[in-house]
Amino acid sequence: MTETARHDPLSRELIAFCIGAQEFCVDIMSVREIRGWTPATVLPKAPPFVRGVINLRGAVLPIVDLAARLGFAPPEPTVRHVIMVVQVDDRVVGLLVDAVSDILSVTDDAIQPTPDVASELARAFVRGVLAIEGRMISLIALDSVLPAFEPIAA
Amino acid sequence: MDAMAAIKQTFFQECEEQLAELEAGLLAIDNDAADPDTVNAVFRAVHSIKGGAGAFSLEALVAFAHVFETALDQLRTGTLSPTPEVLKVLLRAADLLADLVAAARDGGAVDAGRSDQLIAELDGLGGGAAAAAAPAAGGGGDMAGLVFQPVRVALDFGSDFGGEPEADAGPAERVFTIRFQPRPELYAKGNETALVLRELERLGRLAVACDLSGLPPLDELDPEGAYLAWTLELTTDKDEAAVREVFEFVEWDCDLAIEADGASAGAADIEALLAAVRAAADDPLLPELELPEPPLGERQAAAAAETAAAAPQSEAVAQPAKAAGRGDGGAPQTIRADLERVDRLIDLVGELVINQAMLSQRVLEAGHAPGSAVVIGLDELEQLTREIQDCVMAIRAQAVKSVFQRMPRLVREVAGLTGKQVRLITEGEGTEVDKTVIDRLTDPLTHMIRNAIDHGLEAPEARAAAGKPAEGLVRLSAMHRSGRIVIEVADDGAGINRAKVKALAASKGLIAADAALTDEEVDNLIFLPGFSTATEVSNISGRGVGMDVVKRSIQALGGRLSIASRPGKGSTFTLSLPLTLAVLDGMVVTVAGQTLVVPLTAIIETLQPKVADVHGLGGGARVIAVRDAFTPLVDIGRELGFRAAATDPLAAVAILVETEGGRRSALLVDTIQGQRQVVIKSLESNYGAVAGIAAATILGDGRVALILDVDAVIARAQADVATLDLVAAAG
Repeated sequence: MTETARHDPLSRELIAFCIGAQEFCVDIMSVREIRGWTPATVLPKAPPFVRGVINLRGAVLPIVDLAARLGFAPPEPTVRHVIMVVQVDDRVVGLLVDAVSDILSVTDDAIQPTPDVASELARAFVRGVLAIEGRMISLIALDSVLPAFEPIAA
Repeated sequence: MDAMAAIKQTFFQECEEQLAELEAGLLAIDNDAADPDTVNAVFRAVHSIKGGAGAFSLEALVAFAHVFETALDQLRTGTLSPTPEVLKVLLRAADLLADLVAAARDGGAVDAGRSDQLIAELDGLGGGAAAAAAPAAGGGGDMAGLVFQPVRVALDFGSDFGGEPEADAGPAERVFTIRFQPRPELYAKGNETALVLRELERLGRLAVACDLSGLPPLDELDPEGAYLAWTLELTTDKDEAAVREVFEFVEWDCDLAIEADGASAGAADIEALLAAVRAAADDPLLPELELPEPPLGERQAAAAAETAAAAPQSEAVAQPAKAAGRGDGGAPQTIRADLERVDRLIDLVGELVINQAMLSQRVLEAGHAPGSAVVIGLDELEQLTREIQDCVMAIRAQAVKSVFQRMPRLVREVAGLTGKQVRLITEGEGTEVDKTVIDRLTDPLTHMIRNAIDHGLEAPEARAAAGKPAEGLVRLSAMHRSGRIVIEVADDGAGINRAKVKALAASKGLIAADAALTDEEVDNLIFLPGFSTATEVSNISGRGVGMDVVKRSIQALGGRLSIASRPGKGSTFTLSLPLTLAVLDGMVVTVAGQTLVVPLTAIIETLQPKVADVHGLGGGARVIAVRDAFTPLVDIGRELGFRAAATDPLAAVAILVETEGGRRSALLVDTIQGQRQVVIKSLESNYGAVAGIAAATILGDGRVALILDVDAVIARAQADVATLDLVAAAG
């Protein structure tokens, strides 16, 4: 997190957040804003990890419960929970997480490949892991977090 | 160079508008709905294109536009009459002009033979008059051909006065001297001399002089008497009968003498008029008389003087003046704006409305009295925000006219290729839909209209044999329905040949040869991939691109395509599309704690179910008796998966709705909150399509509510009960 590190072309900044006791991170460039939890409107027949949709300044924003998506027990959201608004390709999605914990500045070579022992679910959503001050932080692959939608036949 | 490219781009954009006006004008003339202004507008459109093309040295375009313009000029001056044959050539010339513009813009080329042939035809129309001007393809010769114009343009100002046809086009003008002296009875019967004079003015140029000699001193004046007389000089191309007609209602209550002076010369006219006008204006005793305003007369004189002094320039001077003169009658002025900015504005205004509603709520909660200054101020704010919202929404909505007006040309072309006679009728052109939908309507509509002419309509002989007029009818109509736009393409052809369709589908292995299909199912076979009813591949409906492609492209837009066909009477294709961004009137309802919006247009009535009305039908299906008709009951909470158990109908409200197919169902919801206008927000942009949900909206409390897709929910509910699938039937 020094000045020199920020100017290193190989360095990147990540936003770290917690889900339960686990720590995860995403690239800061894909995060548009962070806001508190507001109750979402339930979507019919949506996958269990889709909490519903909320109003983000006039746009309809789907909320993905990242805990449920990664296979953890889904939380009962409170005002302390946080929605990270992220941009994935041309879609904007809100990720429900417990709390945002840190901003990390790391170089690419600090990111280790996902250990083989991990489950299939984890391999699909975790791009790599970081070891920082004795903690393990998983880098989330945002593009696979969202469900793929197929056009509905009329 | 960039600046030049930008100017050129503007020129081509303007060309699009001019071409649209040209075609609309020609069609109006064809339908006898034209006035002299239309002919002028058509002429002006071609003239503007020619002028712009000249500036960019687009030789081919200039050369053709010039011949075209010459022909239109003859139409304008009356030496060429607008017969159907003439208009056919002119419409084809308009098509070619559009092609030439497109070629100039995209760098393509237009078949020179086609151009030469039309030039010859246009020349032929005018009996050789155009031929003299035709060689003037280059810049210099071109201008030389235009020198005669200023004279006529100067006389155009006459139409500012009374709207009579062009002076050199109509019959010779005459001057009528009218002596008009009302008797008291005229006023007693509620007539008004000023109105009569105004009516006269419509016929031509009018000079008014009032004779006050009969006016008694004030103390002898009878307030209900009639003491004034008028001497009127009317210069008009109308005959005496038309002039007398003006006096039709007052003729018996006045002394009237009308004298015709014979033909007049234009310049002398203006002199006389000016003199009369000045005399009248100088007369302080006649303040209330309806007189031509002096500035108008002076403008006319000034314009005439200018024409005489600077003949070569007056073309340029006169054009803008004419345009200004018809400012209120012409097309509204427009600006071009970046769509993204408009979208952003719409989102922001939507937020503003919601914010304002929340603020009002807070103020009431804070205990301010309803009559307090804060509350009144907020009410005004609410009105303003609503007004802003309406205005902003109107920016994005566009009439389907921009798509529809491309279709007459298509019809002409396809009709020409197939040798069929076709008349296109368009309805509901003003129906507004979001710009994004407009942009994606053209291809499916083009295909459907081609299909209607190529496959739907019979050849003229076959029509005659069937006792129909030789000219086939294709009706293109648009309307709003159930919060969607519904577009119909109907033909009065032979209808779908079901036996042929079935045999063909069987031969292609799409259905089993012995499949028992209803008429509706047979009709729907044409939407199956790889199906084409034409026994030979025609180059009109395309090769291998069938109605299945149309159907899929419409489904990709969230739309539906259906067909209704009656043998011998014709087929109707109905295409319904969502208005991706539009205001919708909806009924806000609660289902299992969730707020939903039901489009108001689909709703017939709401009712409270009673024990005796609801009947089980087995398999979980229920019906409700509505005035002795059994209507399927659709449990919204269960259908959308909000609750597992069936809703108790007695604790719920039933909403009777009608689907696009005209069938009725009753939707079961928990409570009705009320009606309101909602802004449709896309779910697809950030998430994806949700079955049974048309779109989302944001309510006054800032929360998202889902808008129910009534047809889809009912279709799903019915599919649960009885699976009826074409592919399954085909299997």
